[in-house]
Amino acid sequence: MKRIAGMPESMSAVVTHYCPGCSHGVLHRIIAELIDELDLRGRTVGVASVGCSVLAYNYFETDFVQAPHGRAPAVATGVKRARPNLFVFTYQGDGDMAAIGTAEIIHAAARGERITAIMYNNSIYGMTGGQMSPTTLMGAVTATTPYGRSEENGRPYRMAELLAQMPGTAYVARTHVADVANIVKTKQAVRKAFEAQIRGLGFSMVEVLGNCPTNWGMTPAESNRYVLTEMLSYFPVGEFKDVTKEALAGVHA
Amino acid sequence: MEPMMTMMKGNEALGEAAIRAGCRFFFGYPITPQSELPAYMARRMPEVGGTFLQAESELAAVNMLLGAAATGVRAMTSSSSPGYSLKQEGISYMIGSQLPCVVVNIMRGGPGLGNIQPSQSDYFQIVKGGGHGDYRMIALAPAAVQELVDLTILAFDLADFYRNPVALVGDGLLGQTMEPVSFPPVKTTDDDKDWALTGAHNRPKRVITSLELNPENLEAHNRVLQAKFAAMEEREARWEEYRCEDAELVVVAYGTSARIARAAVDAARNMGLRVGLYRPITLWPFPGEGLTRLAEQGVRRFLDVEMSSGQMVEDVKLAVLGRARVDFYGRLGGMVPTPREILGQIQELMGGEA
Repeated sequence: MKRIAGMPESMSAVVTHYCPGCSHGVLHRIIAELIDELDLRGRTVGVASVGCSVLAYNYFETDFVQAPHGRAPAVATGVKRARPNLFVFTYQGDGDMAAIGTAEIIHAAARGERITAIMYNNSIYGMTGGQMSPTTLMGAVTATTPYGRSEENGRPYRMAELLAQMPGTAYVARTHVADVANIVKTKQAVRKAFEAQIRGLGFSMVEVLGNCPTNWGMTPAESNRYVLTEMLSYFPVGEFKDVTKEALAGVHA
Repeated sequence: MEPMMTMMKGNEALGEAAIRAGCRFFFGYPITPQSELPAYMARRMPEVGGTFLQAESELAAVNMLLGAAATGVRAMTSSSSPGYSLKQEGISYMIGSQLPCVVVNIMRGGPGLGNIQPSQSDYFQIVKGGGHGDYRMIALAPAAVQELVDLTILAFDLADFYRNPVALVGDGLLGQTMEPVSFPPVKTTDDDKDWALTGAHNRPKRVITSLELNPENLEAHNRVLQAKFAAMEEREARWEEYRCEDAELVVVAYGTSARIARAAVDAARNMGLRVGLYRPITLWPFPGEGLTRLAEQGVRRFLDVEMSSGQMVEDVKLAVLGRARVDFYGRLGGMVPTPREILGQIQELMGGEA
């Protein structure tokens, strides 16, 4: 009998610590499915960051190392350089990647490290209780912007577009997981990012917009609507760099 | 066959010794006075199939080291005082995660940016922690280039044995000193450790982390670490005693200071003064045992000499524990004491007793 549903083998059969309605689980599952589909489980090392996804290593049936805050791309660099046959990905949030880890992500991208960085951008620090992050939208109320994010805090910046400018990047995209169609598209983008690494084309990164019902003070449905309206209007989805097609064309030329 | 002797600068000899120890991954960042080491590694690593990578910062370098160490390979990073401060984040994580590695600190004058002259003012930082959490790491302090080579190789073995980072501590003078050295042949190392991240192929997954949210479990983890530190204290203290047999006064110094003090001790002996030198080779574990014994045997005074305002002297006092008087002489900010200065101190102290 053909199995049509079930847990990916690369996903651990445990209850996660994520809040009800949080989309981290959706993104975890996309990654686990792809690790299965691309037959990567036996040679994968994941790098967990600091934030809500700090415990990601409990949810994947792959080797994992936990990195200091923001340093996941540097840790991943060390793993990959030491054992180039491994498939290495980081799983980071917007605080980890876009604030404290800016130097590490920019330089891993610039060097073209053969790693994949997955960023779950929910525009807030979740684990520490809902503080402003670099991607918090203007006017948004957080624990550290009780009157709303104002000009004094600077404006949110777009990590995917920034990394797309780096000479070493092979694939950079932004997607979201607030509806089913885009969950499917996210999986397509992460697949491309993984394949870019497998084929040794360079650094790849997917920024995935997702919700944070708890710290946004919304129901899961409201939080997904916030992603679809407010976040999408500032953070457009799309592929900002893709050399995978050129590389394929080169192969077939 | 006698091993070939070659003339080499300390910084470069350190690099070659690491390669002989089986280190194939070096993550560096430029800072004076250790810059010859990454430059040597950049040239040498490709020749032995290794990897040299210049990181964007000391923080990135130490975290690349963490990643490489997590896969079971021998890896190293090096820096000098201000850069070593940044590396302590990674050191704390690696100790918590039980990852072996070697971290070099070629100390310079501080605090802050200080200068690039030789100093020993990072003793507290290296020996008493520096990074966060209840941790210890073996710290080796060579006083000559050959010893630097030998201790570099030992550092990798100790790191692997205890699954703990090991610090190699020198200063700009040692790094720049050129002396004849010999190297052992290249070691073959076993990178397939039963905890290393190599991909969960036909085995359960492995996780390397320093996080444990349950305090009972974190206490248990800390107990495991403390048991390792206790074993290190038990077994790894190393020191050298020079002309201490009948000494009335013993100079205590390590690294460059010890080398200078040794000349002062010889000069004092030539004058008929009964003076010896006690040189800690490990700064942690601090080799207090020999000092305690000397105090019990009748050494009446110890003179601690450092290129700092007096950091190791606290450990000397703890070891002597009031059995003898402990005096201190130090130079600061990158100033190096002369043998004559130290001899003057010895004469003053011994004359004062006559």
